[in-house]
Amino acid sequence: MKPFDYIRPERLGQALSEGAKPGSAYLAGGTNLLDLMKTGAARPERLVDITRLPGLDRWEWGKDGGLRIGAMVRNSDAAHDPDIAAAFPAMAEALLSGASGQLRNAATMGGNVMQQTRCHFFADPFSPCNRRAPGAGCAAQGSDRRGFAVLGGSDACIATHPSDLCVALAALDAVVEIAGPEGLRETPLTDFHLLPGTGPEGHTRLAPGELIIALRLPAAAAGFRHHARYLKLRDRTSFAFALVSATALLRIEDGVIAEARLALGGVAPKPWRATAAEALLQGARPDADSFARAAEAALQGAAGHDAKITLAKRLAARALTQAARGTPARVPALPGSVHSGETAHV
Amino acid sequence: MSDATPIATALPQRMGSNAGQRTTRRDGVLKVTGTATYAADNHPQGLLHAVFACATIARGRVTDLDVAAAKAHPGVVEVMTPANRPPLSADPDSKPMPFWFRTQVFQDDRVLYAGQPIALVLAETLEAATEGAARLSPRYAAEAPRIGLDEPPYAPKAVGIGAPAKVSKGDIEAGLAAAAQRLEVTIETPAQYHNAMEPHAVVAEWQGDRLIIDTPNQAPVMAAAAFAAWFGIAPQNVLLRTPFLGGGFGSKAILSAPQILAALAARMVGRPVKMVLTRAQMFGPVSHRGATRQSLRMGLDSAGHFTALAHHTIAETASFDEFIEAASTPSRLLYASPAISTTHEAVVNDIGLPGPMRAPGEASGTAALEVAIDIAAEAQGMDPIDFRLANYAETDPMTGNPYSSKALRECFAEGAKAFGWAGRPLAPRQMTDDRGMRVGWGMGTANFPCPMFDAEARATLRADGTALVETSLIDMGQGAWTALAQIAADALGLDLDQVEMRGGASDLPNAGVAGGSGHTASAGLAIEVAGSDTLRQLAEIAAADPASPLHGTGNAGVVARSGRLHAAGDEGRGETYAEILARAGKSALTGSGKGARDPKAASAYAMQSHGAVFAEVKVDPELGQIRVSRLVGAFAAGRIINPRLAESQLNGGMIWGLSFALLEKAEMDPRSGRILNADLGEYHVPVNADVPSVQTLLVHEDDPHVNPLGIKGVGEIGTTGTAAAIANAVWHATGVRVTRFPIRLDDLMEGLA
Ligand SMILES: Cc1cc2nc3c(=O)[nH]c(=O)nc-3n(C[C@H](O)[C@H](O)[C@H](O)COP(=O)(O)OP(=O)(O)OC[C@H]3O[C@@H](n4cnc5c(N)ncnc54)[C@H](O)[C@@H]3O)c2cc1C
Ligand code: SF4
Repeated sequence: MKPFDYIRPERLGQALSEGAKPGSAYLAGGTNLLDLMKTGAARPERLVDITRLPGLDRWEWGKDGGLRIGAMVRNSDAAHDPDIAAAFPAMAEALLSGASGQLRNAATMGGNVMQQTRCHFFADPFSPCNRRAPGAGCAAQGSDRRGFAVLGGSDACIATHPSDLCVALAALDAVVEIAGPEGLRETPLTDFHLLPGTGPEGHTRLAPGELIIALRLPAAAAGFRHHARYLKLRDRTSFAFALVSATALLRIEDGVIAEARLALGGVAPKPWRATAAEALLQGARPDADSFARAAEAALQGAAGHDAKITLAKRLAARALTQAARGTPARVPALPGSVHSGETAHV
Repeated sequence: MSDATPIATALPQRMGSNAGQRTTRRDGVLKVTGTATYAADNHPQGLLHAVFACATIARGRVTDLDVAAAKAHPGVVEVMTPANRPPLSADPDSKPMPFWFRTQVFQDDRVLYAGQPIALVLAETLEAATEGAARLSPRYAAEAPRIGLDEPPYAPKAVGIGAPAKVSKGDIEAGLAAAAQRLEVTIETPAQYHNAMEPHAVVAEWQGDRLIIDTPNQAPVMAAAAFAAWFGIAPQNVLLRTPFLGGGFGSKAILSAPQILAALAARMVGRPVKMVLTRAQMFGPVSHRGATRQSLRMGLDSAGHFTALAHHTIAETASFDEFIEAASTPSRLLYASPAISTTHEAVVNDIGLPGPMRAPGEASGTAALEVAIDIAAEAQGMDPIDFRLANYAETDPMTGNPYSSKALRECFAEGAKAFGWAGRPLAPRQMTDDRGMRVGWGMGTANFPCPMFDAEARATLRADGTALVETSLIDMGQGAWTALAQIAADALGLDLDQVEMRGGASDLPNAGVAGGSGHTASAGLAIEVAGSDTLRQLAEIAAADPASPLHGTGNAGVVARSGRLHAAGDEGRGETYAEILARAGKSALTGSGKGARDPKAASAYAMQSHGAVFAEVKVDPELGQIRVSRLVGAFAAGRIINPRLAESQLNGGMIWGLSFALLEKAEMDPRSGRILNADLGEYHVPVNADVPSVQTLLVHEDDPHVNPLGIKGVGEIGTTGTAAAIANAVWHATGVRVTRFPIRLDDLMEGLA
């Protein structure tokens, strides 16, 4: 392993100045960064451990019912808090559908948003990859496209964003709070991740040295709590990334959809908010027809893997159907799964 | 084996009661407390860490290695490459011993597969060695790799470990021509990697010409001999230790390049060396289950009996040696047919050499055959069990020999009852659960041979009446420390806690290989014979001693029980082992034994274990997400020494089968010949949530022929039949026959809604 310096700042200012130096990388839970260092895809000179920065490992509720979650809050802690799960059930389910218990205990909210694509070629320093080494080419083009983007990709990169959490955050209109040398700023999560275009190397709007300090969920997002679902299709029942996932949020008033949110995971280089589908649903009846039309709209223009596109449409419709039926009383035993957790026999 | 069999009849009568008990693992506490010492837990003084650089091309030559850059990295002590590799005594391109594969030990600059070790860096720390290996920055002259089953096939001489590539009887074409119904199916199975939890590791230390090596190995005496051959030293100059082995599944049976090179490096630098493969490095040099394409042709008469069964396999192998998945072999063993043809071809790929992986041949072979059988039953409108019974092999289909025992009918019956098979609709897509999931039931026949290997053991009674039993047993998690101790305790007429076992090292009597599902039978019989030999000597001492209450009883007239010999029919007339030894002035009494199959029995009988696996799956009707909600397996595998351990093996075997059916596949990039998912994050094996319910039934089977203990073996059979049972259940749920493993949700898209 390449030798590196390790710094554990106690103050935000110090973290930012260390983080701004060339060759620095912020270390949070390390569940993504350390793996990439082991394969050799990441070779930082300096790790700036941000886990001890004061105040980032807790969350607070706003007077209006909004939630501000510090970037160092562990995925498990956020997911298992009953108040968070009650207000934002799709986020809790998304978190618990991800990775494994051990990983969620280590992984942080900020790290989850910042995690890199799982494209094999990105993690392998011996494959050409524009995202890792700009201009090197993209080894994924011409390989089996099952694990790659069907929306939003480009000739330069077709990698997907792997996070489950972010799919829920996108639907919930979450806001990313960022600290940098110039002070604090914020950006909607839906704008935070970038499409690859011709230059996939910068996958977020974070400038070098900038740090996520918190994620904010607006109070209005809790208005969907009665009709919220996160569903995730994957190759094993747990501990696998999404082939396709979907967050569906509805506000239903008088039997009509007052407002809908739909975001997809596993299909695009960023968490994919399906605004066209949402527009179709507004004012529609929450029935199979509406959901099928919305699903079509969500995958409008998708290309690259027919079965995956079919799956994504069917999953989007299913997530909307389940959301319409009502949020499960508790996060299901198999979070995000279309199967129930019990072993009930016919 | 002349030494073995007669003794079983001339034994003092024993009243043992250890075998058959659900004893918990004797090493369980060590394992759960983390105090069991695995190879890489050893840290001899002054050791260096060794890390391989491995090829990132699949075919070509290494043209440059930046050795200077690696050596310049602080902590790096030495770099071994083809340019400075010290001589080895064996020719790596030869095959001097059985169970020996040709291998790449830096004999030249050729790259024959991706992941092939091309240099070894030795450093004071693991981190320095790792970085040194990265700094070698190899350059290559690369050639296009040969990848996939469409490469030109050739006819191999042998498949698996020495099985004939072709075995046929009758006239297939005539059988097909005469058939009322002809069916064909082609099924593909992927490359799979053993992925034992414990990586291949070596801690090697030379003391002059003596090599002391800690490494997980399934056959320590054989491996020590192989190391001796590589290094030109006497076998007794190698001490190989494997007290615990964290999963082998065949990948740790035969030496591979990394182990040889690590030991060589220790000699080169004159310091102990530790080498532990990374997970990624386990996808290449340490073997895997090769991919297959299997074509089955079946002819059936109007009553649903086979007129012909042809099973042809095309399997991948490497360019430098052969190991060909013997996938057509189950069709030699399971069904009666006047014409059977079982054939294999191989294709050369630029890949690491395949090798035996849990149920080699049978796992892939039954995955295809048992799906074909389900297709045949469907075509005949018959229940899958009825179809199998209609074509039941009463005798070995190829030789006509009787079975030494075969309780497969009972497995069908008991498994079906426990599962609730009765009333299963014949047609697919008939069942749904209360949540609207499609439900399907499928089954498959499980089958595995029950081989034995030559094994030796020594049993010593000590002055205090306890015993020490020695044999190079290997516990890979299957429970050899426990099951063999149970056999030993019975053999010696002692309680279990009076028996100390010594195993897991090459300086002990040779227990053969812990593999082929034959370890308990082979080492167990050797122990049984050794114990009997010891007791025979003890009884002779007592019978000849006028001061003993047993004076004059004679050999056959004593019973050994709880550390005491007494006269047959008179429990009061006897004394303890300790008393007999004390009076004879002996501090210890040692007997020895060998275990092997009686060759007469072997040629007269077909010897197989059997089972029936039943699966229930639930499939989302639109999304195809599959869940195996229940697995029930009924297995007849001779005498069960420890039901707890056997059930654990069989449950684990079925979980492997589930993994085969739905999860495991090495994703090969055909352009580069590299495996894309060489890590446990992406190479999927089941997690707990994938296995909500698995149940094993042990079906009673007495077998007087396999060996005097009646043991067959349970290590591998659970893996067979299960993949097909699940594939058949997926069909029953959805009406979709996926003919390529693993079955994934998107494979069902077209056939669903
Ligand atoms: C085997 C495995 C399976 C997984 N499965 C899933 C899954 O199913 N679903 C899913 O969503 N995720 C999954 N993950 C990914 C996991 O969620 C992420 O690795 C984790 O969330 C990253 O958080 P971390 O705190 O460990 O980040 P780190 O590894 O510490 O950091 C990741 C990156 O983010 C940067 N970073 C971290 N925090 C900040 C910050 N506050 N500001 C700016 N930059 C920052 C780091 O510099 C680094 O580049 C899996 C991971 C593994 C290893
Ligand atoms: S898809 Fe993107 S991440 Fe993957 S190889 Fe291409 S450029 Fe790299």
